[in-house]
Amino acid sequence: MNSSRPEDRPRRRERSSVLRLGILLAGLSGLMLSVILSIRFGAADLTYSDVVDALFSFDPENSSHIIIRELRFPRALAAICVGAALAVSGAIMQGMTRNPLGDPSILGVTSGASFFIAIALAAAPAVTYTGLMSFSLAGAGLGAALVFGLTSLSRGGAAPVKLALAGSAITALLSSLSTAIGIRFNISKDISFWYAGSVSTVQPQHLYFALPFIAAGLLLALLLSRSLSILSLGEETAKGLGQKTALVKLGCTIAVLLLTGAAVAIVGIVGFIGLVVPHITRFLVGVDYRWIIPCSAALGSLLLIFADIIGRMVNAPFETPVGAVTAIIGVPFFLYLARREGRGI
Amino acid sequence: MPPYPSLSLFSRRLGVYLTIVTALTILVLLLGINAGQIHIPLSDVFKTLAGTGTPENELTIFQFRLPRMVMAILVGMGIAVSGALLQGVSQNPLADPGILGINSGAGFAVVLYMFFIQGSMVITGWLSIFIMPFVALIGAFLAAILIYALSWINGRVTPVRLLLAGIGINAAFSAGLIIIQMKMEPLDFMKAIIWLSGTIWGTNWTFVLALLPWIIILIPMAVYKARVLDMLRLGDPIAAGVGVSIEKERRLLLFIAVALAGACVSVGGGITFLGLIAPHIAKRLIGWGHARLLPFSAALGGLLLLSADTLGRVVLTPMEVPVGIVVSILGAPYFIYLLLRKL
Repeated sequence: MNSSRPEDRPRRRERSSVLRLGILLAGLSGLMLSVILSIRFGAADLTYSDVVDALFSFDPENSSHIIIRELRFPRALAAICVGAALAVSGAIMQGMTRNPLGDPSILGVTSGASFFIAIALAAAPAVTYTGLMSFSLAGAGLGAALVFGLTSLSRGGAAPVKLALAGSAITALLSSLSTAIGIRFNISKDISFWYAGSVSTVQPQHLYFALPFIAAGLLLALLLSRSLSILSLGEETAKGLGQKTALVKLGCTIAVLLLTGAAVAIVGIVGFIGLVVPHITRFLVGVDYRWIIPCSAALGSLLLIFADIIGRMVNAPFETPVGAVTAIIGVPFFLYLARREGRGI
Repeated sequence: MPPYPSLSLFSRRLGVYLTIVTALTILVLLLGINAGQIHIPLSDVFKTLAGTGTPENELTIFQFRLPRMVMAILVGMGIAVSGALLQGVSQNPLADPGILGINSGAGFAVVLYMFFIQGSMVITGWLSIFIMPFVALIGAFLAAILIYALSWINGRVTPVRLLLAGIGINAAFSAGLIIIQMKMEPLDFMKAIIWLSGTIWGTNWTFVLALLPWIIILIPMAVYKARVLDMLRLGDPIAAGVGVSIEKERRLLLFIAVALAGACVSVGGGITFLGLIAPHIAKRLIGWGHARLLPFSAALGGLLLLSADTLGRVVLTPMEVPVGIVVSILGAPYFIYLLLRKL
């Protein structure tokens, strides 16, 4: 059905471990640098020494320190976590469904979350942010449960193609219902603002609430990465090699659910990263998911934190939605890869 | 001489299913004509259609309801066939005009137009409505040309590269959309949202006549090329082996798909899901041969969109639900049911 023809089959390019490690380290060091930049630049003028002092010798009397601790640092941390979470979700989805169009939203996670948010906003306009967040997480769970549950119940189990198709159907259904609710109750604009991902409104306590979910999801993804490499060769092959594919897929789904659900709860919907970063990573480090997962995390974080810095600066003092900036940075590079490679799926 | 009989255009199964779908379409047409804000009894509908009705009914039916319903059928046919072609050409079951950026290209052009032109210039409602489809069509073609140019290397376009370029273009246009939407007035924003969700708004005979040639010429062209699509399913090397000049055919099929999608999106807005599910439902019911799949997808698409548009018009009168949304709410459950029942 997909990619079984010789010419679409991934070229099993093996990158040297040194190169892979280099890419990972470069990503991580770039990340450190951009965190400092992200904390340093913004509406209030700060110096590098402020940043260092606020992190290591905090002075509660100093307003710059307060800004850094309460606003800038959580924001940078949120960008890192969400970037990593979405990129890893996308990598898992693409490996699991063996489809280059796979992304976190295809499991119905994002649309489930936004559907619940639409319901919450319609039913109780004065709902608290924490309330919305719980709704978002519950909705994410519901969306994924619907998609995975339905396909598992079907004859022949959750074949990758079926999973992807059912996912897009559920996604279409739930997002249409959200739009309908928005039009009916005149809250389209509110929903869109929640949708249009933004790291600017992150509150430390929400972030710290969601962190364990993301950590757990990343850990699970790393544990599953070897199995995922095998699964990405195709279901039959994986079964032939003695893999319990249903179990692996369930684990992968849980990882995607944790990562995407938490990401949507923190910042709303940021598209593009989950779909594109894994392709870029695969181009850089080859087809081994033991490398793809950590490198996707590093690159996704890097992309999102840079997009956030740029989104703050371009149209200051207004914020440009980070999802849009991400796409504008990422698209040219991605298109270049699509031209170069076009096969390395 | 088709390779094996099951791929031929005519079969009893296709005949039966086509008859059912056509009958259903006519039924929905009749129901739709008498429902809506002004209720016209069925007996009066027949009188009016026979030319012996009251002038008011004639106006309502011939100038408002019928053109819109014919439009819905045509748009549904076009989008469904476009989806089937894109799935065939890209060899990916998830492909449809929405995913490949054709819708977002059209949407971006329209929103840009709303934002820059309509805000600064006072155009009469009729004229601005008339310009929109052209703006959308330009956007759709721009997106398609970009996708093709970007996936074109050494005189070849591979299915995967095409998909990737489509993803990229779609992301770029969607990002542009978000940025412009953020700067919009709430009222314009609302209009844009409704347009992007898909609304049949070209509701007079002029629009129908403008869309008709696209449908009448392009769909038979696609059906004529059905064998090529069947060959492409076997993979490029095999298709080339049996003498298909792959690149040329792929370009032609792509062009047909984009032209259909662009023309339909320009009058119907971003109806995404239809292009994905109509071909799949058709496949489940009558199998893989494109000679039968394409016409049947067209019939199904027409029926689905007509039903969705009629429901959207009638259920929440006087508020209208964008047809794209109704398509998803109607189509998704049935599609999932089919998906789970057999594969």
